[in-house]
Amino acid sequence: MAILVPRRTILAGMIGGAAAALGGCSRSSDRIGVGLITALTAQSAKSGEAISRGITIAIDEINAAGGLLNRKLELIRRDDESSPAKGVIAARELLYKEGVAVLFGGLDTPVARAIVPIATAARTPFVVPWAAGTVITHNGTDPNYVFRVSAVDELVDKAMVAFARRTYAVRRPGLILLNTAWGQSNEKGLKAALAAAGLPLAGSEKFEHSDLDVTPQLGRLRAAGADCLLMVATVGPSAQVVKSLDQMGWDVPIVSHWGPAGGRFSELAGSHANRVKFVQTYSFFGADTPVRARVLAALKAKYPDITGPQDVTPAVGVANAYDAMHLAGLAIAAAGSQDGEAVRRGFIRIGRYEGLIKTYDAPFAHGQDALDEHDYVWAEFDGGRIVPLPLPGTMPSKAA
Amino acid sequence: MEVLPALLTGLALGSIYGLIALGFHITASVCGAVNFAQGSSAMLGAVLLWMLTQAGWPVPAAVVIAVTACALYGLIVERAAIRPFLMRKSDAWLMATVALGLVCDNGMMLVFGAEPRSVPSPLAQDAVRVGDIDLAIYPLHLLIPLVMLALAGGIDLFRRRTLHGVAMLAVAQNRDAAAIMGIPVGRVIAAAFGLSSALAGIAGMLVAPLSHVETGMGVTLGLKAFAVAILGGLDNARGVVVAALLFGLVEALVTLGVGSGYTQIVTFMLVIIVLAVRPDGLLGRAKVRKV
Repeated sequence: MAILVPRRTILAGMIGGAAAALGGCSRSSDRIGVGLITALTAQSAKSGEAISRGITIAIDEINAAGGLLNRKLELIRRDDESSPAKGVIAARELLYKEGVAVLFGGLDTPVARAIVPIATAARTPFVVPWAAGTVITHNGTDPNYVFRVSAVDELVDKAMVAFARRTYAVRRPGLILLNTAWGQSNEKGLKAALAAAGLPLAGSEKFEHSDLDVTPQLGRLRAAGADCLLMVATVGPSAQVVKSLDQMGWDVPIVSHWGPAGGRFSELAGSHANRVKFVQTYSFFGADTPVRARVLAALKAKYPDITGPQDVTPAVGVANAYDAMHLAGLAIAAAGSQDGEAVRRGFIRIGRYEGLIKTYDAPFAHGQDALDEHDYVWAEFDGGRIVPLPLPGTMPSKAA
Repeated sequence: MEVLPALLTGLALGSIYGLIALGFHITASVCGAVNFAQGSSAMLGAVLLWMLTQAGWPVPAAVVIAVTACALYGLIVERAAIRPFLMRKSDAWLMATVALGLVCDNGMMLVFGAEPRSVPSPLAQDAVRVGDIDLAIYPLHLLIPLVMLALAGGIDLFRRRTLHGVAMLAVAQNRDAAAIMGIPVGRVIAAAFGLSSALAGIAGMLVAPLSHVETGMGVTLGLKAFAVAILGGLDNARGVVVAALLFGLVEALVTLGVGSGYTQIVTFMLVIIVLAVRPDGLLGRAKVRKV
């Protein structure tokens, strides 16, 4: 049976739809959208939540101070589940449907790499607060819309070699790397850094995320005379390396990328977790600054699970994202509009900013990365806490 | 000096694959279907062990409960993902068991969380020493092959010496004839799936202290165990045991000898070569087809 719909009803529906659409437009015009694409579920969810919290605290501060361009900032989050394909879909939605002024994202390097061409085509700044792959910012585009407030693999590799040399006086390090694109990328960087430092390589061994035993790989490195291990792996595999070393009874120092910092490394690796020294961009157990006190208080007030610095994990996710959001705010303010190209130029024009990690001075005037090896902090696990290493005089001073 | 620990570790990991592979063998021989949710059974055993011990249960009780839960999971797999398809003479059980395994993995992630957790054990803390020689392995490495061999032997005895075991053999040889003789075929098949899942659960619990527990841990274990089952001969329990130990040894020795980059290449190339020479596995028998 056919259903007859009166013309007046159709007309009313059309008018209502148009009004709703216009309402949507007016909603979008009274706020500035900040997009975030990160892993909110799956194994990296905790790190994604840390990024989310860092951005949220910064947005709260900016909005409390009146917002930007007489508008409030609004965070719009999408879950990429650590999948580049899902990251690309989310990026298109946030850029073209939500019309965000700045896109944050890239917990995982492959996801960040997949988003770079989309953000570039949309002429919208893409800010990376975690993924360390060198190619993310060194992407060959001009103008370059990608800005990063995080570690950079190539620089971390150099820093790892320098730290190993300085702290352990190593003469023949070995590499133990997760067999992923991240591991392979760092293998190149570490070999180059070792060559530049004039250190011979004992060997380079890879292992899988699912490997239940790493003693054969470690046995080869020991047989080759390795006196220090340079490790690039995520939490579980890093713990497997420590457990395998315990099993072998091989007491060798481990200098690591920041993989162990992302989860329950100290629980998984057991009593010898603190033999791993790893790079960080920030520790809440470091110097007590006014910014640190303010951010920590805001985190405690907003998130009931945070009672102190020990609960802010992973700290680098919160700190990088917090500073990155404030820098993006300064870029939008400098641009005076939400136009992507103007905001990109705004990033380059950022002057001095007293952040959580450091005081930035024209952080993007000469490149796309706001942090370099002088900003890295070396840390270890003390129980379940990540604490900076007490190495007075040996740590490079922070850039002014 | 590195060879002996590698050999012993290889035997232990091979035995883990062997326990799961025995489950593949049991269900395949009884009803011709393979339970591709075996990896998730291994995960379930390990995760339940962690959860129960965290809740304050003593380890022996936690082990019993976890093994029982895994066996119940096997019964669910048979009821939901095997029986409906076998009754219609469909091979869709293959996809159904894969799907059920994924449902289990992701469902457990909601309960357990995505982060890996540790299962400490006194059997995986201090390395074994013989006199002044440090063997660079844990007591658990020595225990695992013994458990696998004991369970394989026990299953062999069960099938040959007990009424229920003989019923299982009867169903494996001729399902229709077994039914005519009054054997409850459906229950026997269900029991086979319960037993196979319990074995995988035990494997998961044994390997947990050597590594860690996470909801994705069963995927690779299940895949390697299936390779072992095919290599040994799906219809031959002894073949499965031999293949499991060989697989673990080859994995460890290849990694030690030529490096981890070649482990999967060499190991699985060897599997292909063996199967090219012996398509029914190391000790499997060629199927007789009547024309």
